[in-house]
Amino acid sequence: MSQKNSDTTTPTTYNRRDFIKIGTLAGSGLMLGLNWLTTSCSPIKAAPADWHYFNAYLHIGTDGSVIIWSPNPEIGQGIKTAMPLIVAEELDVDWSSVKVEQAGLDADRYSRQVAGGSGSIRHGWETLRKAGATARMMLVAAAAAQWKVAAEECSTEAGLVRHQASGQEASYGSLAAAAGQLDMPEEVKLKDPAQFKLIGQFVRGVDNKAIFTGKPLFGIDTYREGMLYAVVARPPAFGQKLFAVDDSAAKLVAGVRQVIHFDDKVAVLADHTWAALQGRKALKIEWASDAPLENSSEHTAKMLQRLQQPEAEPRRRDGQPEQQFRQAARIVEANFSCPLLPHNTMEPMNFFAHVQADQVELLGPTQTPARARKEVAELTGVAPEKVSVQMTRMGGGFGRRLEADYVVEAAKISQQAKAAVQVVWTREDDMGGGIYRPACYYRYRAALDAEGTLLAFHLRGAGVNVGNPVRENNFPAGALPHLLMEGHDVPSSVTTGPWRAPVHNFLAFAEQAFLDEVALAAGKDPVDFRLQLLRQAEQQPVGTVEYSPKRFRDTIELAVAKSGWGQKPAGVFQGFSAYYSFQTYVAIVAEVSVVNKQAKLEAIYCAVDCGQVINQSGAMQQIVGGIVDGLGHAMYGELTIENGQAKQQNFDSYRMIRIDEVPPKVEAFFVDNQEAPTGLGEPALPPTAAAVANAMFAATGQRWYHQPFIKAMDPVAG
Amino acid sequence: MATYQIRVNGLQRELDASPDMPLLWVLRDLLQLRGTKYGCGIGQCGACTVHIEGKAARSCSLPIAAVADLHITTIEGLSEEGDHPVQLAWDELDVPQCGYCQAGHIMTVAAVLDENPAATQADMEARLRGHICRCGTYHRIRQAAQLAADKMRNS
Repeated sequence: MSQKNSDTTTPTTYNRRDFIKIGTLAGSGLMLGLNWLTTSCSPIKAAPADWHYFNAYLHIGTDGSVIIWSPNPEIGQGIKTAMPLIVAEELDVDWSSVKVEQAGLDADRYSRQVAGGSGSIRHGWETLRKAGATARMMLVAAAAAQWKVAAEECSTEAGLVRHQASGQEASYGSLAAAAGQLDMPEEVKLKDPAQFKLIGQFVRGVDNKAIFTGKPLFGIDTYREGMLYAVVARPPAFGQKLFAVDDSAAKLVAGVRQVIHFDDKVAVLADHTWAALQGRKALKIEWASDAPLENSSEHTAKMLQRLQQPEAEPRRRDGQPEQQFRQAARIVEANFSCPLLPHNTMEPMNFFAHVQADQVELLGPTQTPARARKEVAELTGVAPEKVSVQMTRMGGGFGRRLEADYVVEAAKISQQAKAAVQVVWTREDDMGGGIYRPACYYRYRAALDAEGTLLAFHLRGAGVNVGNPVRENNFPAGALPHLLMEGHDVPSSVTTGPWRAPVHNFLAFAEQAFLDEVALAAGKDPVDFRLQLLRQAEQQPVGTVEYSPKRFRDTIELAVAKSGWGQKPAGVFQGFSAYYSFQTYVAIVAEVSVVNKQAKLEAIYCAVDCGQVINQSGAMQQIVGGIVDGLGHAMYGELTIENGQAKQQNFDSYRMIRIDEVPPKVEAFFVDNQEAPTGLGEPALPPTAAAVANAMFAATGQRWYHQPFIKAMDPVAG
Repeated sequence: MATYQIRVNGLQRELDASPDMPLLWVLRDLLQLRGTKYGCGIGQCGACTVHIEGKAARSCSLPIAAVADLHITTIEGLSEEGDHPVQLAWDELDVPQCGYCQAGHIMTVAAVLDENPAATQADMEARLRGHICRCGTYHRIRQAAQLAADKMRNS
């Protein structure tokens, strides 16, 4: 599963394709596509005379400047800073000499150019380290040859190679030309993590300056000479089709250039976004549907009905759970539910496409550039290698941009219009158009004996277009001899898809709120209750155990220590939650005060084992941000379908958490164990709501089972 | 269509637009000032915040006809070198995650501190309540607004 960081020699052949040495290139040709303004880590300097290619991740200039290419898409998870930081660490250069560039999609040079599954660092870690370390070795070899000394006698520091015995030193810039000619070493020695100088530090985002000064960074900022702006009229309700359209008035709107009909949609192309919007408003469209349109209330009824039915083939069955439930002294049972949620990336969907007969240019915000290329190549018949995809910085992803629907749509419009086009979605298009977090219902049951020992555990879930609504190997699976996990899918015309920490985002709430209730019924402290189960999983594991009970326990104990669990004065109430996802362990304690009979969320303490922290700043942001995101959606988030249509279309009717609604204190603490890095973009969100709900229960005696919580209680005052 | 003179970031610009075209789209699509962001179009998220005569305003909800001849400042014009105390504070605390909403937040904080350098946290949050950040950077925004206020007092 995870492996210790190693300072031993590692062969470079593993994933060698990822940084294959395509040849030594030098000169200004390499500067193509570089955008100094937007990506400098340091003040802009004059460009070096020559750049020397070491591998797909880095070039070194004759002045010692380093360009590091960040292969994965940046959605706000901080990857454009963290990935190059790893390369720079092993290369042994000052961060101030590094310029970061966003790589485009390039399947020959990079693997897994995806922002999803909290996997960029996890999967890129070794390759990125080797990319930096091999280049460092080549620089050392070049210096050693020049000085006629053994490479082993040389050391590096901050962009210099040194030979201590003779007192000689040379900068990377002066060695770049010679080093770039050398063969890539067969084996490479990686740093001992104790020697890390950059990894684990507080490093600011490489795009900060561009963000603060309004440089065009995001997909929606794309501009090409002669491009047209397009907005699209799509069926307003799920299940509807285009019946008839009169576009005569739209074509008369000043600035409108073309109106295009495709699939069940109508696109209006214009000189600017506003003209396109006015053109769309002037369309007269009749929509029709073959089948009755859906409602959220029907989804709920169907899910509740499925909760009464056993699954034909359960996802996981350990022991004889049914028998245990028959024999139990006590059964604890609870239902939990969550609504559909839109992603609400602050930058709405958009994409630039220019489809020509023999080539396609795609440019914009995508978490899955390879999927965009594949689907557009299939659509247009243009060979995939002739479909270029350049990822822009994204104003959020949260899973919405794992889908390629909006890229394919832009390509269709460009192809049909024979023009370079940027398609822009309004907030209403974005919020009302899918692809949502599935609505889910869960029923949990626990069987206890007379002493309060947990005998058996049962989960049955159902969700709208959810696929599998359960995670069958979730804790307490592995700790109990008798367990049953079942899940039903409820098909619907409402499109759903991945949403930050898919399934986990609500399952964790239901599971961890339920365990709190079970611990109370068993007469046990909620933390002790879980620790006992983890000891069982360690000593007598049952079936598949995906988590490490020891790492889980260590994380819980860190949260206990940092939050002062169980040691608060009267009037302060705590709630606990712990969850494992994306190979990361998270334990959260929420703290609620009661003043004048008003419960107020005061603090959230979060302990995390994500292995090696790459960037202290970025890691804190992912944890604190994940907590705020999890809290906000649990408190307020709800999208309902009425007659096939999203009832909430913009932020006047869809409530997002705001600055005065976050608790005064949110703190994150990382387990320091030098394990290889694991996921970080998603794991803090899932357990947040349960810690808060459990603390609210401790304070008020009222349990929350259904999201959004706002419907059951007064809002959490910030 | 009508011809308008507008003053953006100290420059006089002349352009043709329909009177109801929101300032947001004038800035972004006609003047190529893409730092001002579209988020909701109805004044609910704050991403499009600019300064009109020094006051924070939502450019998505202001037709060009209403702002012609007024002084408009966008994020691109907040400072010449990107060194306004609010921008510096935002960098020092590394506020952004995705970064899309940050220009709007920065413009509001700059306007609030310009009006009242001694603004309290409650004053500040009453104004920042009009903004949305889905990444959840609110705690750092809160700290950075305070740091910016300190910087302005000490400068």
